Amino acid sequence: MIERRPIADAVGHLIMLAAIFIVAFPIYLAVIAASHTIQDVSQTPMPLLPGAELLTNTARALFDGPQLVGVSGATPAIVLLMNSFIMAISIAVGKIIISLLSAFAIVYFRFPLRNIFFWMIFITLMLPVEVRIIPTYKIVADLGLLDTYTGLILPLIASATATFLFRQFFMTVPDELLEAARIDGAGPMRFFWDVLVPLSRTSIAAMFVIQFIYGWNQYLWPLLIASDYKYQTIVLAIGRLIRAPDAFYEWPVIMGMAVLALLPPVAVVVLMQRWFVKGLVETEK
Amino acid sequence: MEKRVVFHNRFLPYLLVAPQIAITVIFFFWPASQAVVQSVLREDAFGTSSYFVGMENFAALFEDDYYLNSFKITALFSTLVTTLGLGISLVLAVTADRLIRGATIYKTLLIWPYAVAPAVAGALWGFVFLPGPGVFAWLLAQMGVDWNFHLNGGQAMFVVVVAATWKQISYNFLFFLAGLQAIPKSLIEAAAIDGAKPFRRFWTIILPMLSPTLFFLIVVNVVYAFFETFGVIHSLTRGGPAKSTEILVYKVWYDGFEAQDLGGSAAQSVILMAIVIGLTVIQFRYIERKVHY
Amino acid sequence: MAKVTLKGVKKNYGPVKAIHGVDMEIKDGEFIVIVGPSGCGKSTLLRMIAGLEAITDGTIQIGDRVVNNIEPAERDIAMVFQNYALYPHMSVYENMSYGLRIRGRSKADIETRVQRAAEILQLQPYLQRKPRELSGGQRQRVAMGRAIVREPSVFLFDEPLSNLDAKLRVQMRLEIKRLHQQLGVTSVYVTHDQVEAMTLADRLVVMNQGRADQIGSPQDVYNHPATTYVGGFIGSPAMNFLTCRIDTGQAKLTDDVILPLPAGWSVPAGEYSLGIRPENLRIARAGETAHLQLDVDVAEELGADTLLHGKIAGEEMVVRVPSHAGFHDHSRPGLVIDIERLHLFDRESGLRVATPG
Ligand SMILES: Nc1ncnc2c1ncn2[C@@H]1O[C@H](COP(=O)(O)OP(=O)(O)O)[C@@H](O)[C@H]1O
Ligand SMILES: [Mg+2]
Repeated sequence: MIERRPIADAVGHLIMLAAIFIVAFPIYLAVIAASHTIQDVSQTPMPLLPGAELLTNTARALFDGPQLVGVSGATPAIVLLMNSFIMAISIAVGKIIISLLSAFAIVYFRFPLRNIFFWMIFITLMLPVEVRIIPTYKIVADLGLLDTYTGLILPLIASATATFLFRQFFMTVPDELLEAARIDGAGPMRFFWDVLVPLSRTSIAAMFVIQFIYGWNQYLWPLLIASDYKYQTIVLAIGRLIRAPDAFYEWPVIMGMAVLALLPPVAVVVLMQRWFVKGLVETEK
Repeated sequence: MEKRVVFHNRFLPYLLVAPQIAITVIFFFWPASQAVVQSVLREDAFGTSSYFVGMENFAALFEDDYYLNSFKITALFSTLVTTLGLGISLVLAVTADRLIRGATIYKTLLIWPYAVAPAVAGALWGFVFLPGPGVFAWLLAQMGVDWNFHLNGGQAMFVVVVAATWKQISYNFLFFLAGLQAIPKSLIEAAAIDGAKPFRRFWTIILPMLSPTLFFLIVVNVVYAFFETFGVIHSLTRGGPAKSTEILVYKVWYDGFEAQDLGGSAAQSVILMAIVIGLTVIQFRYIERKVHY
Repeated sequence: MAKVTLKGVKKNYGPVKAIHGVDMEIKDGEFIVIVGPSGCGKSTLLRMIAGLEAITDGTIQIGDRVVNNIEPAERDIAMVFQNYALYPHMSVYENMSYGLRIRGRSKADIETRVQRAAEILQLQPYLQRKPRELSGGQRQRVAMGRAIVREPSVFLFDEPLSNLDAKLRVQMRLEIKRLHQQLGVTSVYVTHDQVEAMTLADRLVVMNQGRADQIGSPQDVYNHPATTYVGGFIGSPAMNFLTCRIDTGQAKLTDDVILPLPAGWSVPAGEYSLGIRPENLRIARAGETAHLQLDVDVAEELGADTLLHGKIAGEEMVVRVPSHAGFHDHSRPGLVIDIERLHLFDRESGLRVATPG
């Protein structure tokens, strides 16, 4: 910057550090809670330094689940995590595949219904699950997809965001590449696989991060579709457990589960930060 | 914008869009149209048949104090989440942008709450504010506050706002930082040479240049507060106490699922749809303007 | 290898007529250069030969086959693009072999062809690199390599050298020429650079707003431009044009500027455009009668030559004289015209007027 102002700089760093501390605080506290016995956590206030029970509590969360009277059936977090992974990865991969295909059709072909399809995809932006809860539930029920992975995943796979991102990317691919491929004898699908998909790697990675998080963090949808504990996700379980009347007695285990619930998406964001930031900022252009 | 060169094939493009269009029609358009149909029907007492009631479901909604209250709560909630979230992230982004060293590290350390599910955010903050052992609850009690957000509506609103804002700060921060970094340094230097002091520069140069980002983020944050905070409310307060945090989306779900009032819930869905459409149109007006900018 | 025949080829983009009807016969093994300013339809014509643009009217034949409705891949052609159009994610080897792989050639066959092309183009050390790890000249060679390995019967080039700096351009120009001598494949080459056109071409096609104004050898086009447009386009600096009235074997520019014409020109009296190349004028020697007096505005020093810019009878005129002649701004040299090298064009149509004699 223009002025050299060491004091202002120091204040700046202090503000940032304070912000980082406050932002991280609830998670720190969750980890602390997960490292103590319920007796320790029940003190007022609870301890602020780590205890020795982290492994025990995490193991209990993973393999037994919290024992609560108010919530029928204790589901071990390992099952919940598995469901979350299945849901998040299938949604991310599914969205990427069908969006790549439809963006390819819309950019690289001229056909009579092209504009209508484009607008249909666009309009889905205006129809989040939240505004059509009951009828969507009904359809899934009529199709016999309640308490199935298909029911959890399939309806969430249509994505205007991913289609638009890929469309935008395809528009920047030089026409000459397609012409060169045509002279080389590549048909549409060959061009798609050999040229377009490899070139879209960065966009695909960005979309994967964003859609993985989207899938992992779903709450309302599993709440509607998965009444059977076998199909519940970890995020859904947290929301249900935390308000159970006797949740109090299992805080260390529940907080351990909360940390397990946020680790995978946070890891994905931090590890794939470059693609994630690029994808996020670019989809909104 | 259109491609100059395209493939020619009569059937392939339809095959390619088929999966997306099928899912869109089955799980988006059909249910949405059903919501519209349902909103003008009422089921009889046994739930076996339904009959046309015109606008009655809507009329009933607007006579329902709980629904009107839910509107007010949503307005308050989304205003708080949007202004707090944008204010805090703008301060952080401006601070990080002017620090030469550390901006990248700070970015990494601030973006991860984006990845935390709203429901988990609710759980985490619910624990921090948990009456009794919760650390902030204890601090507040020390200060003489009679703290129990499970019983006090105002306190419940406070906690859901904190949890919802916390989750959104990283998103806002990323966009503000990107917006700030896109402002040409030469412009700021020119202003400095013209004698504008940092504060003046912020108000007269940086903020106006940032206004497209700001406008975009306002829309995104309102959409977020309206539609994506169900998990926060459900995990923290279940709309309570005494419906003091029952935002519209929560009420649609509750009326439809827990109270089984299909017509009423469908009418609410239709109103929400109108809100989303309005917000999307505003957003696209803005994008169009940005293109001409 | 094959000849290429265009008959009445037209192209419309909606209401816009890009190509107005081009006839041309390209002989087997010939190097044809299509030259003209930007937007005159060179690329469009080339892309129709390649099969990348549909043909509105007329026919295109490659060999003895009408290819109007044949896919680019089936036309037995290869093309080099201005921006090279290399696949960014593939190595040089993969770029060069992609077309062969699609055609299902054997690994061994692909290997031999790629290695041979790489040897010709001195690309062997770079076969495993990605295009972004290459210099502009190397990328250009990869683009040519991709064309060569296919062993097509026609090469098509669309301004392949315009993205290179001046020095590399001259070098690659020579290389293309050498390559053509070595392989002898029929080539159609598009450029807006007349020097490139003159040096490379067996025959030139000078395009003017969707029409081929002239097709002929570089010598022919330079010495006998078919239109004022061609005369002005080929040659640098451009040909000077003076409007005049011809009567009784003399060209009258104004009342006091009158030029003699070659003996034996028999043209009807009337209004004409007289073309004089800057290199066909010289300074009048001592005691020699000058044809013209030039009012020099600016003398542009080029090193070996000096360009004198000025006006004659109110019209712009450029003259190329040796530097040692020592003329400078605002001088007024007397000039002698090489009368035998005058060009005569119809004033209205711009067409060359035959001057039998
Ligand atoms: N896809 C197209 N649609 C409409 N007009 C076009 C298209 N491609 C080229 N043209 C027009 O055709 C004319 C010739 O273009 P082109 O062959 O690219 O010129 P050149 O290669 O000689 O510079 C130009 O006026 C151009 O604007
Ligand atoms: Mg061109």
